[in-house]
Amino acid sequence: MPPQRKGAAARVSEDTEDLTRHPLQAILLADSFATKFRPITLERPKVLLPLVNVPMIDYTLAWLESAGVEEVFVFCCAHSKQVIEYLEKSEWFSQPNFSVVTIESHNSVSAGDALRLIYERNVINGDFVLISGDTVSNMSLTQVIQEHKERRKKDSNAVMTMVIKQSKPSPITHQSRLGTDELFLAIDPQTKQLLFYEEKTDSYRGIIPLDNALLGDNPSICLHNDKQDCYIDICSQEVLSLFTDNFDYQHLRRHFVKGLLVDDIMGYKIFTHEIHSSYAARIDNYRSYDTISKDIIQRWTYPFVPDVMFSGNSATHLEREGMYRASEIEQSRSAHIGPFTVIGKGTKIGNNSNISNSVIGKGCSIGSNVSITGSYIWDSVTIEDGCDIRHAIICDGVVIKSGAVLEPGVVLSFKVVIGQQCIVPSYSKVSLYQQPTVEDSDEELEYADNSSGTVDSSITCTVDTLNREMMSETPASQLGPGGVGHVWSICEGAHEEEWRHSVAPIPADKLAEVIQSLEDDLELLNLDGNAHSVSGELKSGRNGTDSEDDDVEDSRDDSIIYEKEVEATFLRAVNENIKVPDVILEMNSLRLSYNMTSADCAGAIFYAMMKQALEIPHATAGELRKSAASIIDAWNKLLKFYSKEIDDQIEVIMKFEEMCLESVKGVLTTFFPDFASFI
Amino acid sequence: MPGTQTLVNELVTKLKKRRVEGSQETALLTAELLRSVISQLKVPPTNQAETLIEAVKTVGELLVAANPVELAVGNIVRRVLHIIRDEDFSVATSSAGGDDRETAEENGFRVQTVAAGPPSRSPSLHAILDRTPDSERAHHSSRDGDSFEGKGKSADRNAESWKLKHDVIRAVNELIEDINSCHEQIAEQSVELIHQNEILLTFGRSRTVREFLCAAKEKRRSFRVFVAEGAPKYQGHALAKDLGARGLQTTVITDSAVFAMISRVNKVVVGVHAVMANGGVIGPVGLNMVALAARKHAVPFVVVAGPHKLCPLYPQNPQVLLNEMRCPSELLQDGEFSDCMGVCNGSGNPLLNVVNPAFDYVPPELVSLFITDIGGYNPSFVHRLIADYYSADDLDLQKRTTS
Repeated sequence: MPPQRKGAAARVSEDTEDLTRHPLQAILLADSFATKFRPITLERPKVLLPLVNVPMIDYTLAWLESAGVEEVFVFCCAHSKQVIEYLEKSEWFSQPNFSVVTIESHNSVSAGDALRLIYERNVINGDFVLISGDTVSNMSLTQVIQEHKERRKKDSNAVMTMVIKQSKPSPITHQSRLGTDELFLAIDPQTKQLLFYEEKTDSYRGIIPLDNALLGDNPSICLHNDKQDCYIDICSQEVLSLFTDNFDYQHLRRHFVKGLLVDDIMGYKIFTHEIHSSYAARIDNYRSYDTISKDIIQRWTYPFVPDVMFSGNSATHLEREGMYRASEIEQSRSAHIGPFTVIGKGTKIGNNSNISNSVIGKGCSIGSNVSITGSYIWDSVTIEDGCDIRHAIICDGVVIKSGAVLEPGVVLSFKVVIGQQCIVPSYSKVSLYQQPTVEDSDEELEYADNSSGTVDSSITCTVDTLNREMMSETPASQLGPGGVGHVWSICEGAHEEEWRHSVAPIPADKLAEVIQSLEDDLELLNLDGNAHSVSGELKSGRNGTDSEDDDVEDSRDDSIIYEKEVEATFLRAVNENIKVPDVILEMNSLRLSYNMTSADCAGAIFYAMMKQALEIPHATAGELRKSAASIIDAWNKLLKFYSKEIDDQIEVIMKFEEMCLESVKGVLTTFFPDFASFI
Repeated sequence: MPGTQTLVNELVTKLKKRRVEGSQETALLTAELLRSVISQLKVPPTNQAETLIEAVKTVGELLVAANPVELAVGNIVRRVLHIIRDEDFSVATSSAGGDDRETAEENGFRVQTVAAGPPSRSPSLHAILDRTPDSERAHHSSRDGDSFEGKGKSADRNAESWKLKHDVIRAVNELIEDINSCHEQIAEQSVELIHQNEILLTFGRSRTVREFLCAAKEKRRSFRVFVAEGAPKYQGHALAKDLGARGLQTTVITDSAVFAMISRVNKVVVGVHAVMANGGVIGPVGLNMVALAARKHAVPFVVVAGPHKLCPLYPQNPQVLLNEMRCPSELLQDGEFSDCMGVCNGSGNPLLNVVNPAFDYVPPELVSLFITDIGGYNPSFVHRLIADYYSADDLDLQKRTTS
């Protein structure tokens, strides 16, 4: 689709939109297409997991409703039946001025597939909000949508506005509060255009490669590492068609955003909108589940807090020190309930039990002398006397027999039974289901496993009965006498990362370890003699040392290799006195094989020529100038072949500039008049 | 009745999501909703009053549960219940008294019940004092009554059922009008309270206070106003702007400067969220501090409040939710402090916690005077006003919900 035509079409639709105002639409992806919440998500979709006793999707829907969205398309994939059933039971289908439509799919394995399917349905007819079903927010959409529309009027290529928020990552772990990796953004401070998006991974070790063009094309850019991506996007219709055009886009950020930022042919732009006083965050892993739960209890998400009935949640009273209690609680007089605790309806708490910083669901029964700290206990859980539970997630129907101890970071999936006096080690995940054995490379796993998740849901009943039968055979030794469930083994690589994403706070020894390794890294870097400061996380230049396997890196690597090849070819041509037409032939084949433009070609050739000139021993600037002039004279034809267009010539000049910058001696500058005359 | 059901649901969701703010707006919406509930209700020939009371109570329960902090909802529901009881009583006495329609009509008017001497309540001092003007108004209303009486004469039973509903609706309309016009009624009294060259202090933003002050200005009183800004919502800024635009000499001070300034002030005039049965008031957070400062310097502390703010409950009542914790981001932006919020100490307690209560309770001892739409009263007199407006049977509106 040629861009001009689309732009014109967009403008027409824009005009009609002004006349007949479209209702604001939203696409809610009720599937995270990730496996971070396993093993819980094998049995229940992530969006239905309770967050402070209310399913996550209710927060998202309640926010969309309050923000003035009128039509929501809920895309369900994994466990789609459960999501649809839940929505039918809830009151979301019967709200005035707010329609919820479900779109079901069984074979989508990524957000990209979901958007392609929605594009085929042809239901979106204007700007829409793209959000995942696990987002909690209370921001107002009016301003950001207005900004988006105004930008669209000026520039039809501004297809997306991304909502960001200030949030400092921890200086030690380079991890945000939400347990996600440190995020690096480059933003134009004037226009708020997003220029660069990179989630930091450990392999960077404090170095962020930036494209030179980024610095060259923009008068000013602002690099941020204190922003958090809220995963709330205001998109134009084109976004859907872009996903259809680029059928390999899977991940919203990794493929789509980076794809648009790198691709300068279509010239699509992404802008950012920063929110200050309102709240927005997405639950990505267990740590963010913990953080966001705490934020809700501390009322940052007001009015979406437990004592305001924004959805079908039961009445809860807020008492002193942030203690929320629903009705019909049976609490022993000697039980102590600490601050920042939520207790659900009909829960019983025995003598001398101590609960703090925790969320307890509906109809739980907690015995005597139980200690619960920082844990998330869902509905109908039975905890017998004398248990000690710290920083754990315990799903519906779990039974913990007397005297059991859960160490920090434990996740117990539905209906698991922990035996008497059993000690469950840190970060273990226990489920009635066997751990799936297919383990491919990271990227594959994320998408492949999801389809297996849908299969699981369809045969849940059979698996369930199977499990019942297998109960007797379960290796009970791990879970104590009478324990039911499988302890998932943590694969080697993941174990290191487990503490990062778990609900438990980062243990002190891990922090010390990280600080130590960080210091080691810095020493190493300093030994390398790289010219960047200790604190500097920015390093510009086409440095080939970082071999990342994502798209941006690929193309950069390509161009570096290409330049080397051109240089080698040129050297050979000089040394072996190959004729110009033959060299051109060889260059063309190189150009095609690396998929470069003729401008790149001209640049690379010029680079090689200059290098050649520099390598000829010289004493003064004049001599250097002379030798360079002779080389340029000799290979004039070759260079001219590639620099026919004005763009190509500009590229040559840019290359020259770059060389001047890189050259230590700076003598090349003396050529400048000469060079100008040549062009 | 799908019509009323959707209306009720609409208001319930609005209240739940805190989309209606301010007691006057809430009171008006509640009264209008109850009016439409009553008018759409099909009344059976017997037990009309009870059916009406039942219907209003069920709706009222829902509304109160939707936002228990907004006391105006409960107030209005109780007022409407009281109106129904009153009208029912008057209809009953009228049918008992045979053709004594004229007195029944008089009794139908809300304060008039004194004349018939209802056994449920003791006569109010106010009603006794103000009998003359009220009976005049009643006479006026009885003429209204005559017009519909002519139509309804054919079937006596039907007419009576229709009459009860009609009377109730008319009384609710009067209530709505009362709420709408309370600002003007209160403002009329400003000249008597604000003297030449006085310095007044107010806190936060209240429409009643604004009208009150502006009315005095229109009567050519010259005085100065200090406005405490009312953190964290800073609604005092908006009030100061309004007052300035109306030509009042206004000074904005911080909340913490109140004590320093109070010695220069002649009178404190504030608006509140609710007036409790004991004469204590619930107002924006920081009001108690202002009241204490005023007491320390013996400055009169005057509260202006419309009829819908009068709450028949005592603040000691555990069912009354006195306060609401609002969003901490009104105080701090969480992004700036994200690095300290993430870190937890051993027990898992967050290191940084922000508390943002919306309301403050001022005990009756600190209030000097209430200015309502029907005049000025002492805090100790509030319970008599409440006896006028509410019947004791309706106080436990919320108790029913829990049982």
